[in-house]
Amino acid sequence: MKAINFKEYINKSFYDEMFHEDEHVRGHYKLLYQQLKKIGAKKLSLLQESTDRAQMSLGMTFNVYQDTLGVERILHLDIIPRIISTQDWQRIEKGLAQRIRALNLFVGDIYGKQQILKDKVVPKELVLSSSSYLKSCMGLKPPFGVWCHISGSDLIRDTDGQFYVLEDNLRCPSGVSYLLENREILKRIFPKIFEKLQVRAVYDYSHHLRDMLESFSPVSPACIAVLSPGTYNSAYFEHAYLAQQMGAELVEGKDLVLKDDYVYMVTTKGLLRVDVIYRRVDDDFLDPLVFKKDSLLGSPGLFRAYQKGRVVLVNAPGTGVADDKAIYAYVPRIIKYYLQEEILLPNVHTYICAEDEDYKYVMENIGKLVVKQTDASGGYGMMIGPQATKKEHAMFAGYIKKNRRGYIAQPVINLSRAPTLTKNGIEGRHVDLRPYILYGKEIKIIPGALTRVALHKGSLVVNSSQGGGSKDTWVLENASV
Amino acid sequence: MLSRVADYIYWMSRYIERAENYARFCNVNFNLSLDLPSGISEQWLPLLSATGGLELYTSLYGKVSKNKVVHFLGLDEKNPNSVYNSIVNARSMARVLRPEITRELWQQINTMYYMVKNGLEKKILLKKDPRLFFRNIRKGCQLLYGIFDATISRNEAWHFGKIGQCIERADETSRVLDVKYHMLLPTTEVVGSPTDLIQWVALLKSVSAYDMYRKKNGKLTPWGISQFLIFDDSFPRAMLHCLRQAKSSMHAVTGNYTGYLNNAERQIGMLTAHLEYSNISEVFSFGLHEYLDDFQIRLNEASTAVFSTFFSVNNIIKRH
Repeated sequence: MKAINFKEYINKSFYDEMFHEDEHVRGHYKLLYQQLKKIGAKKLSLLQESTDRAQMSLGMTFNVYQDTLGVERILHLDIIPRIISTQDWQRIEKGLAQRIRALNLFVGDIYGKQQILKDKVVPKELVLSSSSYLKSCMGLKPPFGVWCHISGSDLIRDTDGQFYVLEDNLRCPSGVSYLLENREILKRIFPKIFEKLQVRAVYDYSHHLRDMLESFSPVSPACIAVLSPGTYNSAYFEHAYLAQQMGAELVEGKDLVLKDDYVYMVTTKGLLRVDVIYRRVDDDFLDPLVFKKDSLLGSPGLFRAYQKGRVVLVNAPGTGVADDKAIYAYVPRIIKYYLQEEILLPNVHTYICAEDEDYKYVMENIGKLVVKQTDASGGYGMMIGPQATKKEHAMFAGYIKKNRRGYIAQPVINLSRAPTLTKNGIEGRHVDLRPYILYGKEIKIIPGALTRVALHKGSLVVNSSQGGGSKDTWVLENASV
Repeated sequence: MLSRVADYIYWMSRYIERAENYARFCNVNFNLSLDLPSGISEQWLPLLSATGGLELYTSLYGKVSKNKVVHFLGLDEKNPNSVYNSIVNARSMARVLRPEITRELWQQINTMYYMVKNGLEKKILLKKDPRLFFRNIRKGCQLLYGIFDATISRNEAWHFGKIGQCIERADETSRVLDVKYHMLLPTTEVVGSPTDLIQWVALLKSVSAYDMYRKKNGKLTPWGISQFLIFDDSFPRAMLHCLRQAKSSMHAVTGNYTGYLNNAERQIGMLTAHLEYSNISEVFSFGLHEYLDDFQIRLNEASTAVFSTFFSVNNIIKRH
């Protein structure tokens, strides 16, 4: 059996999740390290193959938007888990709870009194010009003041070992089904070490999700529906999976009808009232009477029913304003403004092209920076300066010049690396971390996360649409391990 | 349950049943060709006529040949009813039905999906004895029936699945019986001759009815075999039995057990009664082929009634 050679693995220019700089294995990785050596390269690649097959037969596939319809791919699951120590997790948890609490207050304020704008903490024009700011939401009061019920922020770890928030996703981020299914698969692959390490369980996510959704309904038991754009959506697997796990109905816009501003589903026994909709359809497509007129994914009249409080929408429409990448830069100030606290999980330094000084700096240093479109996601509309050509630099400079509000820039962050199984054995690959947060009557953070991994050597782009894969993420129960 | 979803489970079951039947037809015809006395050419045309694919086949491939028919019924992407398309359709419906069905059922459908995808890619029907492929399809479908029955509650989803399965099954059995009409006998032979009987036996085997028929009737006669496949009320693939099952699932859905509340109940009830109160001499004096043709038309009307009663979103909104 071929041994696993970690000699060539070590590379000091990045933070490594498994090794200290002096090449010693970090405490919480020791057991896995020993186990990997024992298993050997050949067995590991067999385990990887059986994982690929399991994913296929579970139908854990997604459609990539540019592909022809019907082409399905699996999101590659690297079998080597990413482990997070108890101490690190506690910091992450506290930081995320603080962040989401403040952002939720921010959204409520923006669609309410707009006090933060009047106090000039965040520039008014910046907020009102955001493409995700929805005027129709002004004056809305969602139950218990919760707007961002389900969110997930993207975290990265820089060379200094510190976690940073790279961006917020307050518009029902996807990926949690992969987290849950990855765990099921990994439990089969590494049962012993799993037990010894005391990895915190994630299986109860769907119970919490259901409880959270139900807690917003005036009736009990509530009729809960997951609203999906349909099987061609790239995250369809997840919509179906969550509906199934929660015992909710999986509906599409065409299954819903509005009567007297109540929402009903068309069933074999007639019309049945829906109380809570976990919608995975974007704001713009929710209701053709209010938003995009040609949308076939939503339901005419849905927004009015929501305004009248006759159905609960999760997340509330309009939350996207808080994950606009330009507003992101103000999050430390937003936290201070609403909570009178210092930010616990720092932001990555961000240059706002709409502001003169930052604009000047970005134009002069574009080759060194990561440039991002403020309203894009999924790894689209961005450029990593040092990895791009001169031509691309000029192209993005042109874009920015034309639309300063539409772009921000950040220094390149060297995402940390984690051991990953490749054709040449185990090598370091860059990873990020996406934890998931539920905001009901209290905030719950699932003790695990989706670790996304850039599978191409040296690549810093972890998005599944751009050659990224995933890892199961183990949060340890016990600080002494 | 959602009307759209009920529609899908109905059709998913039909497609699975169709795939299994096509796989069995091909296998049996293959075996039949081995049993025929020398000098008699094998017949693939009847299979095309009975499955309603002759016109499409001719426009695509012209002359009837064994390899092409096996491909056409098995893995042809251009034939909407091929095993390949039936499984692909069943699987795309299962994706929609994911929250209604169990993980085991979904995994098995998915496994079969990859079986036909790989089969097509590797041109498996040309390389190996195609019987192996058809046997695997048949077994795979039977496994699906088993998982369906063993893991799904007797809820609406299960009953709509049953209705779809039974309607498809009744349809396929009537088509198999009709194959005999299209089969040619050598001019020197007559009804009841050895070649005639070999063909009848093949029909029985096409619907897995040989063993049960033998047990019940012993002697093989065209009369007895037709009677068994149309009127037997305990053989699971007999047309009458299938209709009774469909009817009872329909009543379980509506909660009504006398007369009818809607057009779907009415159509299925009438067709069941039509079989219940006729007999085999009537069938033969009417003409077996004509009788089966008429049955298929009525069955199709019943299926349409199921759609407009339970699945058509517009109709339901109108009624409420």
